[in-house]
Amino acid sequence: MPTDVENWKSEVYGNEIRDRLFEFAEAGFDSIPDDERDAWFERFKWWGLYHQRNGQEGYFMMRIGTPNGVLEPGQLRVVGEIADEYARGPGVNPIFGDVYADFTTRQSIQLHWIELSDVPAIFEKLEENGLSTQQACGDSWRNIVGNPVAGKDGQEVIDAWPVIRDLNERFKGDDDHANLPRKWKVSVTGSADGSGQGDINDLAFEPAYKAVTGGNGGDGDESEDAVGFNVRVGGGLSRNEPRLARDIDVWVPPERVPDVAGGLSALFRDYGDREDRYNARVKFLVDEWGADEVRETLQEEYVDFELESAGRDVREEYTYNAGEGERNDLIGVHDQKDGTNFVGLNVLVGRMGADDVLELADLADEYGSGEVRLSQRQNVIVTDVPDAALDEFLDEPLLEHYSSEPSPFMRGSVACTGTEFCSLSIVETKNRQVRFARWLKANVDLPADVDEFHIHLSGCTASCAQPQIADVSLRGMKTRKDGDPVEALDVGLGGGLGENPQFARWVTQRVPVDEVPGAIANLIESFAAEREEGESFRAFVARHDDEELDAFVDPEETDYEDPMMHNTKRTWYPYAEEDSMEDAPLTPADD
Amino acid sequence: MTTRLRVLDDGAWISVNDDRKVRVSELWRLDAPDLCECALTDLVVENFQSVGADGSTVEVQVYGQCIACGEKGTTGWIPVGRVRGGEFAELDRSAVRRVRR
Repeated sequence: MPTDVENWKSEVYGNEIRDRLFEFAEAGFDSIPDDERDAWFERFKWWGLYHQRNGQEGYFMMRIGTPNGVLEPGQLRVVGEIADEYARGPGVNPIFGDVYADFTTRQSIQLHWIELSDVPAIFEKLEENGLSTQQACGDSWRNIVGNPVAGKDGQEVIDAWPVIRDLNERFKGDDDHANLPRKWKVSVTGSADGSGQGDINDLAFEPAYKAVTGGNGGDGDESEDAVGFNVRVGGGLSRNEPRLARDIDVWVPPERVPDVAGGLSALFRDYGDREDRYNARVKFLVDEWGADEVRETLQEEYVDFELESAGRDVREEYTYNAGEGERNDLIGVHDQKDGTNFVGLNVLVGRMGADDVLELADLADEYGSGEVRLSQRQNVIVTDVPDAALDEFLDEPLLEHYSSEPSPFMRGSVACTGTEFCSLSIVETKNRQVRFARWLKANVDLPADVDEFHIHLSGCTASCAQPQIADVSLRGMKTRKDGDPVEALDVGLGGGLGENPQFARWVTQRVPVDEVPGAIANLIESFAAEREEGESFRAFVARHDDEELDAFVDPEETDYEDPMMHNTKRTWYPYAEEDSMEDAPLTPADD
Repeated sequence: MTTRLRVLDDGAWISVNDDRKVRVSELWRLDAPDLCECALTDLVVENFQSVGADGSTVEVQVYGQCIACGEKGTTGWIPVGRVRGGEFAELDRSAVRRVRR
């Protein structure tokens, strides 16, 4: 039997939601019929609006999808202005203040405390400036990710940006692909560093060479190496069911990517499970069918040309989030193809105050082309900075906070939204990860040759902070301490992507949150004492069993104090002075 | 009077008549010998799997973990509240809940 969500989608979904959304915005939040609220809140997601958790009734998170994380000149300023004008609510964050933007692990932007009545004005401003919230959430093509510096990166095999832009234009608003059984996450990567993180997406295009007759414009007689993409399907991290995307033995030239991507999206649309949303993601279909059947079905039913077998990939060069080697992230100064530089700046847990967003937009204009790009490690990249302007740019006061040379603990921190706004999260996350990073920076030394150490904190098994691919993976849990329920974290170790991706092993369960910094300190002390010369943390983890690793973790109270040990989900907003549900603000008045 | 019961947002909520009423992240004491061997399961509620009704009692099946022994799994049907006169009242969260047999 189809689910309620499927029934709602079959009635109204996709582009047609917009007119009703605007009618509700005009008539006021209360004009949404009481018995249709679940349905409309589900549908609004397709236009990037997610109702915030209870206690925050009538306020929305708005996600702006920026394909490949590319913000063209002027667009970051628009985001900052919209945040400043519309993303203020009744809750004030003690670390980040009253207005900010979040950069996500899928190269998008999230704003909070958005009121429905403001949506038409926000959409107008976004669209005037080439930005959109369309399909940023909901059951369809999500924001396409990749190497954020596509087209500029000195290490590039193939420029994926035109391919991504084309896919975005074709499949955003395409009614044939608007209503899928579940979300559809696509990665297209052209660089050899693996920074598109294709392995954890529903559909991945990864750079690969293929000997084809008449390749690269030859006259058809001889075989040449052409550059295109290998295709993988069915990766994802959510619901305690992490999967790496499976190789379906297909190579595709750039001009055929839309055919294959559209074919696989249609295959998912037609064969995905619409009766059980927990089983709906394409990873479960690939589990059931196997990669061979996916390929056969794609060939027989969804494309009208002969698929090529997989080409020679460059996975052995992947370093992004790999836990070892160079360029685990894109922080710092890097060469562009054109002789200028891109500068990756660390944004701790991806959150930046609106004033800082506006200032960064000014700096990007002053020192670069005005363009800014977002990475999957929640950081920003200012592109097109000439050598002559580099030193002055790096000396800007804003870069003291958003550093190009951050502490490993600042640099390695990734966190999801958490109980501050999210319905599903079990624990507070962003502020907690900031507190953890600051404490670790002040109290813990990594071995001198280790300059990256990734700690990802996710509030629940949805895994929005991608915990399974970090050195230290933290995931929201509960436990009792002295008999009282407290927020806790499961600890996983040794995850990473790279040539041979590996999910973290969950070695220690339910550590009270105030003992986690001590646990990480003890772990790093054991790593420093017992590692082999030059050994990476990931390799160190790999050669120990779970019991040994659990002993290294060794939770311990320290002078770290956690002010959010209680059930933050029982508050209307964890940081409010009067935080109980009874003190929750009224639904915002329509104006 | 019909009562609309739904699991919403990837299992984050139980919605009763289009109003979010029961949330994940709570700790429930359960008499659930099928889930774990503890005398009382101390379950952290991670995901709602399904919702239904037995008369006026609203029941759910949840995925979670006993924080005393670490056992994980999906429970049988557990009462979470009652609907009277169209209004939902959640059960006392500190009460021991019994899985319907």
